[in-house]
Amino acid sequence: MSSQDIPEENLPAEQDAHGAVGVADDKNPFADPGLPPHEHRVQDIDERAARRSERTVAMLFTVSMLATVGFIASYVGIPHDKSIFVFPIGHINALNFALGLTLGLALFAIGAGAVHWARTLMSDEEVADERHPIEAPPEVRAKVHADFKQGAKESALGRRKLIRNTMFGALALFPLSGVMLLRDLGPLPGTKLRHTMWRKGLQLVNMNTNEPLRPSDVAVGSLTFAKPEGLEEHDEEFQTEIAKAALMIVRIQPDNIKDKRELEWSYEGIVAYSKICTHVGCPISLYEQQTHHVLCPCHQSTFDLSDGARVIFGPAGHALPQLRIGVNDQGYLEALGDFDEPVGPAFWERG
Amino acid sequence: MSTNESSESRARGKAPAGERVADWADGRLGIYSLAKSNMRKIFPDHWSFMLGEVCLYSFIIIILTGVYLTLFFHPSMNEVEYHGSYVPLQGQLMSEAFNSTMHISFDVRGGLLIRQIHHWAALIFLAGMFVHMMRVFFTGAFRKPREVNWLFGFLLFVLGMFTGFTGYSLPDDLLSGTGVRFMEGAILSVPVVGTYLSFFLFGGEFPGGDFVARFYSIHVLLLPGIMLGLLVAHLILVFYHKHTQFAGPGKTNNNVVGMPLLPVYMAKAGGFFFLVFGVIAAIAAIASINPIWSMGPYRPDQVSTGAQPDWYMGFSEGLIRVMPGWEINFWGHTLVLGVFIPLVIFPLVLVAIAVYPFIESWVTGDKREHHILDRPRNAPTRTAFGVAWITWYMVLLIGGGNDLWATHFHLSINAITWFVRVAFFVAPVLAFVATKRICLGLQRRDKDKVLHGRESGIIKRLPHGEFIEVHEPLSQEQLHTLTAHEQYAPAAIGATVDENGVERKVKGAEKLRAKLSEAYYGEESQIPKPTVEEYKEITSGHGHH
Ligand code: HEM
Ligand code: FES
Repeated sequence: MSSQDIPEENLPAEQDAHGAVGVADDKNPFADPGLPPHEHRVQDIDERAARRSERTVAMLFTVSMLATVGFIASYVGIPHDKSIFVFPIGHINALNFALGLTLGLALFAIGAGAVHWARTLMSDEEVADERHPIEAPPEVRAKVHADFKQGAKESALGRRKLIRNTMFGALALFPLSGVMLLRDLGPLPGTKLRHTMWRKGLQLVNMNTNEPLRPSDVAVGSLTFAKPEGLEEHDEEFQTEIAKAALMIVRIQPDNIKDKRELEWSYEGIVAYSKICTHVGCPISLYEQQTHHVLCPCHQSTFDLSDGARVIFGPAGHALPQLRIGVNDQGYLEALGDFDEPVGPAFWERG
Repeated sequence: MSTNESSESRARGKAPAGERVADWADGRLGIYSLAKSNMRKIFPDHWSFMLGEVCLYSFIIIILTGVYLTLFFHPSMNEVEYHGSYVPLQGQLMSEAFNSTMHISFDVRGGLLIRQIHHWAALIFLAGMFVHMMRVFFTGAFRKPREVNWLFGFLLFVLGMFTGFTGYSLPDDLLSGTGVRFMEGAILSVPVVGTYLSFFLFGGEFPGGDFVARFYSIHVLLLPGIMLGLLVAHLILVFYHKHTQFAGPGKTNNNVVGMPLLPVYMAKAGGFFFLVFGVIAAIAAIASINPIWSMGPYRPDQVSTGAQPDWYMGFSEGLIRVMPGWEINFWGHTLVLGVFIPLVIFPLVLVAIAVYPFIESWVTGDKREHHILDRPRNAPTRTAFGVAWITWYMVLLIGGGNDLWATHFHLSINAITWFVRVAFFVAPVLAFVATKRICLGLQRRDKDKVLHGRESGIIKRLPHGEFIEVHEPLSQEQLHTLTAHEQYAPAAIGATVDENGVERKVKGAEKLRAKLSEAYYGEESQIPKPTVEEYKEITSGHGHH
């Protein structure tokens, strides 16, 4: 049903719609009395008041000029690294403070002057302007429709179907070239998200000291961050590699480890988990040593590191992947392989 | 022709220079025809009409400061060592993007100010658009003929959010990088194509070396370009439709009452630009924003606590935080509902308000132009819907800051999360019901005022000892203003039997519309406005109350 079917009486009274200005009378006490008479301001009557307004406006414009001079003086005079104490904000950069305030004042005073001028000295008499319907009158509408029909007929588009169809075909196909051109925006994912830099034999290097870790370096209750041996900050691919390979290491009393596989993959209670949250990939940073819970600061997903890092709170959908570790001949912690599942957020091909 | 020319040459030399320049331009551009209809164009005045101006001016400020920033900003992710004048970060590795933002902040005089103005203006721009949109919504200014302009405005808001997000990500600092990672994780959750989208957007694996440059061209060219086009179209339509106005004496649907563009409106609006700019500059002088130096450069394995996006992205943050972590694995695939559902609800929250005008016009079936604004109370169902929507948005904003609520008010984060989950469904309903009742109460009060006059505050003691308050009758202006609004009758389903006695099928859509119309305009949803008869009956017997 189209809206045309709505019976007229459901629409508000026609006379309201057209807003005919009614004259106030006994018949309709609610009728529109028309625009109220204009009321004069002091400035309209009293020239002295008007002159006072004039002076105020001129003063505001002068303040603006002075503020601009102040801006230039600050720019030239204040060293860019000077810090000042401003109550109650605290220590802030003096140049930024001075430039901002002078610029702000210069602009604000222009605005205040203009508005004051408009409010007190320009005419404040309200006037009414007519509105005209947005839609075209019926003759125009009919003319445009007729013109269009004429034009369409002359093009013979409707009659010559072959032209029409092939044209639509051509127009529909050519944007495909544009789509093709987007192909090289990036490589195909392949299995890149399934693998990290870790492989058998890579030592676990302490993120802070940049030294390989010994089991004795990992104290109970501490949280240690580690990266694979050979990955250095200056490397071209550092950011992308660390985004997947970052590890966190804690030591838990072996009897407190509830998950059997976790215990197997640990070394003397030292367990290594991916640091990248399985929700949307923030690095996890908070460790609660009594409970062995780690917390992701982004959306508070909480994982129990003593129980296979399963999710105990928050929006993460699965446990953190564990890295199987051992100790090499020199007594350093090493990986016994890559993670056996993708690290970080889940994705369609993860399975 | 020749007479024309001679008259032109005669005028030359005599007319003031400005006039001659204008004549010259008119001969080439036809500016006088344009000026004829626009120079003295009437603009109605109401404080809420300034909200749109706030948006326009902050957009201009953003463009001016943004162009300045491009002179110094290097959209590159090449790693460099920092040697600028901020001591704590010296020697640290960072992307060129971060390095150049540090340079702007510490070594370009006034650079920090421009950066902070740019960022503050962005926040105010989006807040302005939000409030402006609400003004348009609650006053019904989106009704015919302004539906298209409502959509333009809505698009500006959405694009503004993305422009803000991409700009926020450019400095490549720890906080914004975390936001980009969030986005990447969300894209990965898209079924079937998510991984591909992510690889194409980032030029490979996250973070790669491309996204700053790509976001840069999106941020400074693509989105602002589209927005500029929309903004101009928006303003042209405002001019063309002429501004709406509230009901009042002398104001009808066929006129527009106010002051002329030249000089009053131009002075006020032009002045207002400087006021907005001045205030934003002062804010940027005293309130630091996005101090990237204290966060440091982005590293995918580091994070700062209390990571929060800018406010306009807060509701998406809320969605993602309170959603349970559902993941479904089947046939070697993973459906990451815990992230994907929020990603789908995100646009739905926005679209819910965008399509509202079309729903309302379908329910009312009203095809007329509307230039007189509604007072929110006189459209209770619409107002209730709007408040419900805002409530929804706010609930999600609360969810987005659940950790802040927890730490500031010592609440359990678990409790807040559950509160938000329940409130997501319940709070809008409660808000809807409550708002509708308040609107009806206000309508009732208006009716009382019309029929019985205004409470004067004067207490009178009657001869037999009773105290009454004297009510003053309203002026005719007030009577008119309070009764000028239109009231629809609910649309009934038309006759189901046509003139030949053939029964016609009533379609589902028709039934739905009748039901909605009843909900909008039935007895429970509006207080019939006082009629002339009622008024006369009461006022003729003076002294009764
Ligand atoms: C239209 C809406 C726009 C919004 C909402 C917006 C917002 C932002 C935000 C929030 C930032 C982060 C600033 C920071 O805290 O460091 C930013 C950075 C930036 N924006 Fe915009 N912007 C807009 C338009 C533009 C335009 C038109 C240009 C240039 C023509 C521009 C150029 C830049 C540049 C170069 C940066 C990076 C420099 C820096 O971060 O210091 N922006 N933008
Ligand atoms: S990224 Fe860790 S909880 Fe969202």
